[in-house]
Parts: sequence; C-alpha cells; structure tokens
Amino acid sequence: MDIADIKVVEHDVIVLGAGGAGLRAAIECSMNGLSTGLVCKSLLGKAHTVMAEGGVAASLGNADSRDHWKIHFRDTMRGGKFLNNWRMAELHAKHAPERVRELEEWGAVFDRTKTGLINQRNFGGHRYPRLAHVGDRTGLEIIRTLQDHGIHQGIDVYMECTGLDLLKDEDRISGMVAMWRDSGKFIIFHCKAIILATGGGGKAWKITSNSWEYTGDGYGMAYEAGAELMDMEFTQFHPTGMVWPPSIRGALVTEAVRGEGGILINSEKNQFMYDNIPDRFSAETADTKEEAARWLSGDKDARRPPELLTRDVVARAIRKEVKAGRGSPHGGAFLDIANHRSPEYIKRKLPSMYHQFKVLAELDITKDPMEVGPTLHYFMGGVRVDADSQMTNVPGLFACGECAAGVHGANRLGGNSLSDLLVCGKLAGSGAVNYIQAISGQPKLNDDQAKKVVRSATNILNRDSGENPYLIHENLQELMQNNVGIVRTNELLLEGIKGILDLWDNFNNVKADGASQFNPGWHQAISLRNLLVTSEAVARAAIMREESRGAHSRIDFESESDEWLQYNIILKKSSSGTMSTEKRLRDKPDPELERIAKLSIEELEAEVIHDKSQD
Amino acid sequence: MALKNFKLFRGNSSENTMQDYSVKVDEGMVVLDAIHRIQADQAGDLAVRWNCKAGKCGSCSVEINGKPKLACMTRMNEYDDDETISVRPLKTFPVIKDLVTDVSWNYEQNKKIAPFKPDSSKKDENGNYIMMQEDIDRVQEFRKCIECYLCQNVCHVLRDHEHKEKFIGPRFMIRLASLEMHPLDKADRISDIKNEHGSGMCNITRCCTDVCPEDIQITDNGIIPLKERVVDRYYDPILWVFRKLFKKK
Repeated sequence: MDIADIKVVEHDVIVLGAGGAGLRAAIECSMNGLSTGLVCKSLLGKAHTVMAEGGVAASLGNADSRDHWKIHFRDTMRGGKFLNNWRMAELHAKHAPERVRELEEWGAVFDRTKTGLINQRNFGGHRYPRLAHVGDRTGLEIIRTLQDHGIHQGIDVYMECTGLDLLKDEDRISGMVAMWRDSGKFIIFHCKAIILATGGGGKAWKITSNSWEYTGDGYGMAYEAGAELMDMEFTQFHPTGMVWPPSIRGALVTEAVRGEGGILINSEKNQFMYDNIPDRFSAETADTKEEAARWLSGDKDARRPPELLTRDVVARAIRKEVKAGRGSPHGGAFLDIANHRSPEYIKRKLPSMYHQFKVLAELDITKDPMEVGPTLHYFMGGVRVDADSQMTNVPGLFACGECAAGVHGANRLGGNSLSDLLVCGKLAGSGAVNYIQAISGQPKLNDDQAKKVVRSATNILNRDSGENPYLIHENLQELMQNNVGIVRTNELLLEGIKGILDLWDNFNNVKADGASQFNPGWHQAISLRNLLVTSEAVARAAIMREESRGAHSRIDFESESDEWLQYNIILKKSSSGTMSTEKRLRDKPDPELERIAKLSIEELEAEVIHDKSQD
Repeated sequence: MALKNFKLFRGNSSENTMQDYSVKVDEGMVVLDAIHRIQADQAGDLAVRWNCKAGKCGSCSVEINGKPKLACMTRMNEYDDDETISVRPLKTFPVIKDLVTDVSWNYEQNKKIAPFKPDSSKKDENGNYIMMQEDIDRVQEFRKCIECYLCQNVCHVLRDHEHKEKFIGPRFMIRLASLEMHPLDKADRISDIKNEHGSGMCNITRCCTDVCPEDIQITDNGIIPLKERVVDRYYDPILWVFRKLFKKK
C-alpha cells in the first residue's frame, strides 16, 4: 500500500479511548481551545466505564459529615499498601468531590439522601459511606453524562477506530496510525500530543470481568514508543465474580452487594472473613457478627464488617476456602444478601445484579445466595506518568485512568477507579494543554514509521498460512490464569515467561482469514501484540518483586518487605528490543502526607474535626 | 453437550446469505456465546458487535428468530433442542457486515437535542444542588437506557415507513423526557420536540416498550407525557384564544 493513499487528519491532541478518563480528558482539551480528536475501538458510550457498578468515591461528607479528603487519602494509601504515588493519591482525594459535583452540573442524576444531597454508600476499605452512586449502574450514569456533555464541546469522535501505533518526531510525539474497524482502511492522525486512556489488559486472563477491548493497547503502544511501564505486577483480582454458568464465569458481582450488607459464607455455613482479618485492619474491623450487624444498622460507634476488607484480602480468603474444600458447588464462596435485606430493597439498590443473576444464572438473589469467586478485574500498574501533568517520559505522550500507574499502589479500593478517571482525566487534559502551549513548531510525520505500522498490520492478512489468532489468545489466557494468577511462585512465573516467549514466536506468524472489512479475526490478531507486551511485563515484574504486597501474592515470599516498599519496578523496551526490568528507588514522600497516612484513625478524625471547626 | 443448528446472516446489504452452522452448546450458554464459538472454530471473520456480555452496554443487539434482542442476555435454553436459531442484523439500520449495522444515525440524532442547562439558583448555601429522590425517580428510569437501539429498530416510523428524517425515535424521546423532567434543567425543548424531533409521528403502539431490555416504560412514562406537554403548549383552546388576544406566542 502506498502511504500517500492514507488519509491524514490534523488535530492538536488525540485522545485514545472513550471511557470516563478519555472523555474527561477530551472535554478538558476541547474546553481549552484545542482541536481534539477522540478515537475509540467501540461505539461511543460502550467503553468499560459503562460496566462500573458500585459508585464513585469522593469525600463529599453527605452520608457521614465526618469525612474529609485526608481520610480518603489515608484509606487509599493503606489500601494500596503504601506503594501508591503519594502526590497522585493526594490529588485524587482532594479533587474527587469537585469532579463529582461537576458531573451534576452536566446533568448526572445520583441517588439522593433524605435531605436531597448526593447519597453515598459503604465500600471496602473506605472508612465512611463515600461512594456516590446510582443503584448499581453508576458507570452508565457517568459515561452517559460525559458523552452527552462531550458531544456539544466540538470534539471530533472517531468511533470503531483502533489505534495501532504512535509516531514520533525525534523524541516527541507527532501522531498515530489507526485503523477503521468497519472498512479496514488506515488513517493517520497528525498531532502534537496524545493522551492514552485505553484501560487495562485483563483479557490476557481466562477468568476476567473485562471485555474484548481490554487488550492493553495503551501499554503496548507506549512501550513501543519508549515509555516506561511501572508496577505491572499489581493486577487486581476482584473477589466476587460470577462462577456459574461457565460461559459467564468472571462477570462482575459488584462490591455494593457487600456494601449493602451481603455476607460471605463457606459450604459449612461459616462466615469465614472473621478468620481473615489482617493485623493492619484489626483495629478498624468488627470481630463479632453482633458488632457488624450494629454497624449495618447505622451505629456509628460500631466497626465495619470484615466482608468490607480490601479486595486483595477478600479474594485470597475466598481462594483459601475453595482450596480447603469448603467452597460452593461450582468452586466459589456463597454471597448472601437475601437473608439480610428485603426483596424490595435489593431490587432498588442492586437492580442490575438482580437482573444479571435472574437471566444468566436463573437465580433469584432476593431468595438464594450467589456463588462468587475471584476474577481478574483491574491493573493498578501501567504507564508511568508525572503526578501533576500525567505526562510519560516521552514528550507529548500522556496517560490517565487505568492505563496509568500510581494512584492505587499495590491494591485499589472499590470506587476509587471512577474517581481516578475523572480526576486524572482532567489532569491529563490540562497537562496536554500546557504542553502544547509550551512547545515550538509542529512535530513532523515520518512516512517510513507509518509505513512500518501499516505493513505489520496487513502482513497478518496477506500471509498464505500461519497461526490462528483465536488459538494464540486462548493459550495466552490459559497460561496467565495458571502461571501469573492470584498466587505466584518463582517456578510458576519462570514457566509463564517461557510460555509467553513461545507465544511471541507464534504471534510473529499469525494469520487472519478473510478480507479487511470488519474482520474480528484480524482485529484479534492485531491486539495480540499488546496483550503479549502486557503479559510479559506483568510476569517479569512479578518474578522480580520478591514479597507479597496487596494484589501481588508470592507463596515463596509470603510477607511484605520494608526493603521492597522503597522500590517501583520499571519495564521498558531496551535498545536490543528485549524487555528490560529495573528496580528503581521511589521518591521520598512529602513529610506532611506521610504524617497523615500514618496517623491512627482516632488521631486523624480528631484532626479533621479540628480542621473543620477552623473553616 | 448438545449440537445446535444456527442460520447466520453473512455478507453485506447487497450480497448476503443465511449460512448454516452447527455448534456445540454447554449448559448456561447464551446466543452470543454460541456465535463466539462459531467465530473461533469455523468463521474467524464473522462480524458481531459486543462488549460487556452482561446486558449493560447494549452493543450486541440483533434479531433472533425474528425477535429483536440482546444476544448476551438470550439463553440458549429458551429454544427447543431441535429448533434452528436464525440470527440477523437489525433491520432498521444499514448492514456493514454480517451481524453489524451502521447505527451512526442515532448519534446524529442525539447531537440535535438541546443540552442540559442547569438552574444554578437551585443550589443551597454550600453550593450543593438539592433534589429529592421522589422527584428524580422518573428521570432515573429513563437514564437506565443502555442505547441498544432495539426500540429504534422496532419503531414503525423508522423501520417500515423509513421516516428517519421526520422522527427522532423512542430512544431519543426518552432522552428528551429525561431532560424535560430533570428538576434542575431550565432549557425549553417543547417546540423542538414538536417540530424538529417529530413527537406527532409516534402513534403509541408500544412496540418500543415491549422490546426494551431495561423495562423502561418508554411510551407511557416518556413519550405520552411529552406529547401532552406539546398539546398543552400548542393546542390548548383557552390558551389559543388568550394568545390571539394578546398576541403572545
């Protein structure tokens, strides 16, 4: 194909990905006068954000006036086992309330308190009821609000268009090659900055709550362009995915079920979470059912039930029960809300869960317990970015939302993802605005670079014969599930890396049948490059980090290590083309932030009361 | 493990055929699972749109044995063992390939709707908007919409009479209703609803409501109240005389 035949479109900035982070970033860019292109693999409004259920975390203090950004910050750091980027966690907690109120300004309709304010619900790891929500379809509300606001901001939307690779002029970003999914035609975006908002890479695992879109595109493209990936070993297994029927295995069961009073039991009817309370959280967690019941009925002096411990803790506890032979018939644990809330309450607060189980599992959750088990859900790690601007080490390349690393450390709290994408989406947008104002000249497109990208995509179709892309994907999912799963060992990981390298060989000879028009086999084959970069990065980081922290559990290194707390793991493409892994010393935390995070909850609550009285 | 027979629409709007496939079906599978299995084993280039696989995103709308449905929420055990399942793309929109249609017309309609305009005087002294739950229940019903466009697909005005230029369709009538009934919104869309968006074209056959996977009462709670607002504004005889006398519009 002649490169001159490919259409070139000019924009100041291209945002790749139209979930919450991408939409929020694009709105920010456009509001500030940039010519903005928003490129997305699916139709607008179908991105992963639409599936978020429980809520968006922000210390509005509507349901409990004691809340404050400092307490949200402390919860986030503790949930992340102190590996979070301190500054990012600070910005996140500070800005979240403003970002939520802004959504209301743009038409969002959250559930209300009795006095007409935005209502907030309890979630794991959050000290107070903090999640603004709409039943259990909060993500839909957020994406639709941003979408309906965004379409009037002069943003050009390129739907069902897959980003292939980034283009650079010397060191800095100059554009991106993409492909229209329907026609198979290529398009080149010529721009000064690119914001990656591509989400995570959960599709590398077999049991996942993620959709086909989650193939680590941002990780693969950033890595190829010379950007650094960070903390990729921290992949969150959400404790409650559906386990039956097999075809739906992994689909998310919102944490809101536990937030609304659902309890976990094993086949012996034991509420096993009481035997799994880590020391770090024991002072803040109920140790009797009686106290948990008081907390649920609104007693502010009672401590929260252990079902609402952080996701890493709950996922490991469920796995332990199943391993010990105390699991449910299909290999999970029982999650029971039917005995704790009325059918009317359940249907009002958890309508999509009710519907999902009724249709897909033929189970009435107002009558019977659900069967749930861990499912790969979220990447805490990702592209390394600067906290304030969200820019990567490649000038002009930004990342935000799940695609970027930093806010969540070793484990993310539920509800902190929707707030992250709003806060960091806006930061990335203003980061790009500032960058573009500061640079001189227009970065130039390089035809040879673009040609190379196009050729590697068309080769997949043009080969006479080769490997089946669906099969490579299936083998990768099997491998990651078994070798880079919820518990890891050196041996498993070594075998995993070897398997990934073999799959790279298969990928280099992948063949898709058929023509270029809307060809899922071809699309699958193209995404394998990014899935393999993602998988290799996770496995290599996981083998390097010789400790267990948050979502990263090593059987051969069972506890947290103070030594490892001082390091991030950085992955990048070396000059020889292989993946390099570096143990990099973290910056020292701001002393004030460190002080806040390490206060006891009683001390911090007293400080916050004092702060508020000064306002 | 049973074998099930499928007939799938293959091709584009000018050249197409109903192709036979036979696929192994496991317990609990939905139609989308079976289509994916055909894609992986027999037809790598079979085009189908999907995302969440849990009824939340509205991407996998197709017509299964003549009924508009989400493929991800239609269980295989709804059909008899010997029944052949035929799957076709949405009829109302142009086919791109196989089961995928071009639904971009819907996005153009959405853009025509005057955006939300908040009334900042409804903030309390702390800068918070105050809305009571009972005042937003009806708006939240409309906001459950996942934009699957099944309602647009079955609307007679769009499907059989092809009056896409005259009527915005049920999906966007309820979006208009969600704005018009929003306690904070102060924009006035009644004239647009009558003139630009074609509220008069709907003859309330409720086909849209029947196919809504979110059980939104599109006709009764959304379209009819909007029609009433139009009637109140333009066809109220007392107001008509009043306007004549005082030349108010």
